[in-house]
Amino acid sequence: MYRYDQYDQNLVDTRVEEFRDQVERRLSGALTEDQFKPLRLMNGLYLQLHAYMLRVAIPYGTLDGRQMHMLATIARKYDRGYGHFTTRQNLQYNWIKLDDAPDILADLATVEMHAIQTSGNCIRNISSDQFAGAAADEVTDPRPWAELLRQWSSFHPEFTYLPRKFKFAVIASDEDRAAMRLHDIGIQIVERDGSFGARIFAGGGMGRTPVIGKEIKDFVPVTNLLSYLEACIRVYNRHGRRDNMYKARIKILINALGVEEYVRQVEAEYAALDKQDIDPPLAEFERIAAYFAPPAFEADAPDTVDRSDPDFALWLDQNVGQHKQPGYAMATISLKPVGGIPGDASADQMDLMADLAERYSFDELRVTHAQNIVLPHVKKADLYALWQALNQAGLAEANLDLISDIIACPGLDYCSLANARSIPIAQKIAERFADAGRQRDLGELKLKISGCINACGHHHAGHIGILGVDRKGTENYQLLLGGSGAEDVSLAKITGPGFDEAGIVDAVETVTNVYLGAREQGERFVDTYRRVGMEPFKEALYG
Amino acid sequence: MKILTGNDLGTGDVVWWTGSDWSRHIEDASDVGDQGEAIAQAEEGARRVNTPYVIDGEMTETGPRPAHIKDRIRALGPTIRPDLTLKPADPEAGNWVI
Repeated sequence: MYRYDQYDQNLVDTRVEEFRDQVERRLSGALTEDQFKPLRLMNGLYLQLHAYMLRVAIPYGTLDGRQMHMLATIARKYDRGYGHFTTRQNLQYNWIKLDDAPDILADLATVEMHAIQTSGNCIRNISSDQFAGAAADEVTDPRPWAELLRQWSSFHPEFTYLPRKFKFAVIASDEDRAAMRLHDIGIQIVERDGSFGARIFAGGGMGRTPVIGKEIKDFVPVTNLLSYLEACIRVYNRHGRRDNMYKARIKILINALGVEEYVRQVEAEYAALDKQDIDPPLAEFERIAAYFAPPAFEADAPDTVDRSDPDFALWLDQNVGQHKQPGYAMATISLKPVGGIPGDASADQMDLMADLAERYSFDELRVTHAQNIVLPHVKKADLYALWQALNQAGLAEANLDLISDIIACPGLDYCSLANARSIPIAQKIAERFADAGRQRDLGELKLKISGCINACGHHHAGHIGILGVDRKGTENYQLLLGGSGAEDVSLAKITGPGFDEAGIVDAVETVTNVYLGAREQGERFVDTYRRVGMEPFKEALYG
Repeated sequence: MKILTGNDLGTGDVVWWTGSDWSRHIEDASDVGDQGEAIAQAEEGARRVNTPYVIDGEMTETGPRPAHIKDRIRALGPTIRPDLTLKPADPEAGNWVI
């Protein structure tokens, strides 16, 4: 993992004291809310339905045990004993007091964490593959590239007031586990002639206008990556709309200009840039990359697992993935127990996951964009002990990528932007499909729920998506089918008129029944949808 | 009725204008009539409340009830965590929201 040097630490510590002063001035009346709001947002502090909400950055979703322990401590000390892991691989606290916020940031700084740039029209937390550094299919670990972007984009003076927020994702495999092409800029690290470079996609995003990012460059070497991205964002910063926040994202600009014209302008800007002022020497990248060196794996760790406990075997098959190192595995801890709140973890659960990471996973954890937690480097011989500990704590749900592994935004239960509640819908669907055998029979089925058109719950990318809307003061839910945030990226389509709270659960069951009746050997729900089209599903839903 | 609401500046708690002060309990809310904007401006200046705004509501047998579900959820707390609402011991409290 990357560790702060004295400059990083000074930067974060100084920011804490700056924000402490800003909070004091707000409470004394020296700052109005209009003046204070952009300052608190730059430090991740929102005002939501019930209280202030603090969004803590977890760079590319990677953290260690002491950081997870600190997140637990903050949940107990300043909040109500829990936190919510988000689709941006961050953590949100829902019950923060304004005058506690500087102390929370100071506590976070002691473990090299912060909330900087988790809001505002700037470059946000860089997201990545939760299996980075462990996945058997990656060409290299994408996190050094993500860390390079993090350092470049933190407090970047030119990009602090962009037309709108800006999100990066970095992956290094053909399998996309980070919804890379649904980011403002998505980067896939690829290998060419023995060297690694970045394949760049631009203009993706969800929200009210979902767009799949388009490839704009097939290979940028690491020694030119930052200058190329600087050109990409400079063109956006120059021409992106500032008169209408709903048309301010880069996807709108690229659609307006046309991708060819956008690329022409980026290339012209890139050609004119003084790259030496921007790009770090290769030695600096290698210094960063050294922090992400593989842990000290045992060369002769046994590669077999005793599957005699049937419940353990189910978890093994569903939640454990193949590691690049023989004798090791990647274990996903589901934060989606049936009837639970997707992405929520209590302070006790956070402490337990931290302890287990320290004991079994070289002190590393990852947050996934699907709101689960990963222990990336678990010795196969330790998997049963790990599962037993998780099972005792109610954290061994064997449902990764099944219908109850639902992504859900906080919705109208917490969020001031939401039009409808998301979490109760997720709970009711999970309860309807609670039977584990039924879930496994349905197979991979990614269900994603957003409580408003901003799409924090990724409904556009769900095999089944649900969008909550406000219909004359009543919650109503639109059903969408056929989306994917993976390498087979696609945008879901609305089936037709929406449903009430009970109706949407029935509707989900109806479309799964259509799938079961129509599927061919080996087809997932989304495969069947793509083969048979929308019509059979509409017919079953609306007659 | 017209109800004035906002969030406490320091704690962020949802608060309701009682006619002379702010309360965390919707039962204490008063009808501000057409005075909501003026009260909001004065109270924001007094640094007691953050972004106050006026909503529609109705007076019921159990007291004021905001017209929109969003404000009813603000008044009670998250529907999926009854233990964190203002009425954790009342299993029927959630019905008031929906």
